[in-house]
Amino acid sequence: MNSNNPEIAREVPGNTAVTDVSNRTIANFSQTFAPAGEEKLSKEPILEAVNLKKDFPLRSIKLFGPAQAVHAVEDTSLALYPGKATALVGESGSGKTTVARLLGRLHEPTGGEIRFHGEPVGNNHQSLRAYRRHVQYIFQDPFSSLNPAHGVRYHLARSLRLYGYAHNAHEEREQILALLERVNLTPADHFIDKFPHQLSGGQRQRIAIARVLAVRPSVILADEPVSMLDVSIRLDVLNLLLRLKEEDDLAFLFITHDIASARYFAEETLVMYAGQMVEGGPTEEVIQHPRHPYSQLLLSAAPDPDTMGHKKATNDAFDKRTGTKAQANMGDATPSGRGEPPSLINPPGGCRFHPRCPHAMPVCRQYRPERTNLGNGHWTHCFLYSKREEVSRASST
Amino acid sequence: MQVTNITNQKTASITFLGSKKDRVSSIFRAITSNPKIAFGVSVVTFFVLIAIAAPLLTPYDPNASIVKGSLPPSWAHIFGTTGLGQDIFAQIVYGARVTLMVAFVAAIGSTILQVVMGLSSAYYGGMVDEVLSLIINVFLVLPGLPLTIVLASLASASGANKNEFVIALVLLFTSWSYGARVLRAQTLSLKEREFVAAARATGESSLLIISSEILPNEVSLIASTFVGTFVYAVGAEVALEFLGLGDTSRPSWGVILYWAQNNAALIVGKWWQFVPAGICIALLCAGLTFINFGMDELSNPRLRVERPLRRHLISRKSKAVASR
Repeated sequence: MNSNNPEIAREVPGNTAVTDVSNRTIANFSQTFAPAGEEKLSKEPILEAVNLKKDFPLRSIKLFGPAQAVHAVEDTSLALYPGKATALVGESGSGKTTVARLLGRLHEPTGGEIRFHGEPVGNNHQSLRAYRRHVQYIFQDPFSSLNPAHGVRYHLARSLRLYGYAHNAHEEREQILALLERVNLTPADHFIDKFPHQLSGGQRQRIAIARVLAVRPSVILADEPVSMLDVSIRLDVLNLLLRLKEEDDLAFLFITHDIASARYFAEETLVMYAGQMVEGGPTEEVIQHPRHPYSQLLLSAAPDPDTMGHKKATNDAFDKRTGTKAQANMGDATPSGRGEPPSLINPPGGCRFHPRCPHAMPVCRQYRPERTNLGNGHWTHCFLYSKREEVSRASST
Repeated sequence: MQVTNITNQKTASITFLGSKKDRVSSIFRAITSNPKIAFGVSVVTFFVLIAIAAPLLTPYDPNASIVKGSLPPSWAHIFGTTGLGQDIFAQIVYGARVTLMVAFVAAIGSTILQVVMGLSSAYYGGMVDEVLSLIINVFLVLPGLPLTIVLASLASASGANKNEFVIALVLLFTSWSYGARVLRAQTLSLKEREFVAAARATGESSLLIISSEILPNEVSLIASTFVGTFVYAVGAEVALEFLGLGDTSRPSWGVILYWAQNNAALIVGKWWQFVPAGICIALLCAGLTFINFGMDELSNPRLRVERPLRRHLISRKSKAVASR
């Protein structure tokens, strides 16, 4: 099933005659990015963001004064691998959608680099078009991501025509029907003439997924794809995405604020706070043993009937000596530190979590901690886990 | 990053969504069900048919002097004759062609200009927006009527082409900026919608996004602006011709009024020289305005008035239901 060669066309089931033509077209177009015929090592990231930074400038009313900006994303790096799903978790305003839009080239980064197959992506029309062929974006809101003036046929046909997968109406119709079957919208004939206002939320999101699949990408950036759907439909759509991931060996970036779906869907989880990455690693590891105080706070906020009694007791314990609430041990503590995320126009210096962090040290106010590897692919940006030399070096300069 | 849509998504009129068959039948239903649109469309169609069938309706040449002097209406001359002995009815039916053509050309040209300027300035933003907005604003603050009069009199003084299309051009240039501004505002709001971002993410070019994604959602606005410009064009064209700035040798409704004025018809009491033309102009403008009102009701359900279902329809429907 072409699992190691993302640049060769996906087999659209039941339509080999059509895809033979399309295979040749795709091979021509993707020469920009893929070395021909080379086996992709699963260790090499297919899409990488290196030290991304994004500031949205604000038009300030004051005549004299520094230009202000919303510092949405700061020093963010991540890597996506074929066949692997990476979840990006965080609360609203943490910058996770901005990261996805930067990766999808809907915004231009103010700093840092995006690399596809190790090569930075250019800004001109040709390279953007070639990039979009491989990297596609699923939007959060199925009610507004489809144009109400056009039907299902138009939405899917545009993707097919733009990248040369269909050259006449007959090929177009066959491929559209195959795509609808693939996303479980059957009978496909019935759906091909529908308009978005005639479809339910789950069906619209499936159309959005089909539109993305029509391009035959290697990376899918899914921005909270199930957040606006009924809970009963969410599992269906997640299972659909999982199946597509298996069949096509796609790399997934799955943005969510729901830890449970991140746990269900993704092998790796990254946690963001106020535009900065704070922790990352294998999903089970991050969820069971969160190290960064923010991750602990985030995970404790998920209602969990099993541990409710236990958590209550720990929260009330009071340490008379230091005057703070006692923490059992830094690894599994129930944190305090409720509060609001900071304003991104004037974010706190150093680690942006320090105003809310129960373990804040003077160094946290001044310097952003480097990445500390905790073993097994688990890493965090926190001075609590940095080596002593790093902390003293940072605080002495 | 979710942008909440304050604009009412359903203001895209129901007539413009759906397959071609759906659209045609829904347009037909809309026209017949809403009395305002029905009246307006029938009036406009009536005048268009008259204009097309002019030679069939009257045996007289509108420019030919048939009798001596101005005669009141009679069986031979339904609307009477002018001071030069020309049949007024013939002048009206042939003049309808000129009036409608000029107004139509002005309205179409103005609408195209509005769409191009409004949509590109809103979509491209930045410097393009600044420059185009400046142009739109300049045309907006120019006083319309004085400018129109000056331009028209320049054209007729130069004597070059006493063509009615000069008037059409003049009207075009003085009427496009208001609609362009409205379209720019609507496009600014539409371009933030997610389906535009989705089209960009799919790799569509900007031109295709403007024409295929944004434009279809603005069709109802453009249609009502077109009708409004048409009304303005009719009124302004008649005004210019009344002032003698058009081609006074070719009959059109405004020219009829010009000659009536010249012959002091009102003072002398020869009402037939201006009343028919005046009524036609008023009827045409009223019909167009009713179309606009009706289209408003179509796109904005809150403006719709509850109309009691007619009795025979109720009994027919209940019979049909009962027989199933």
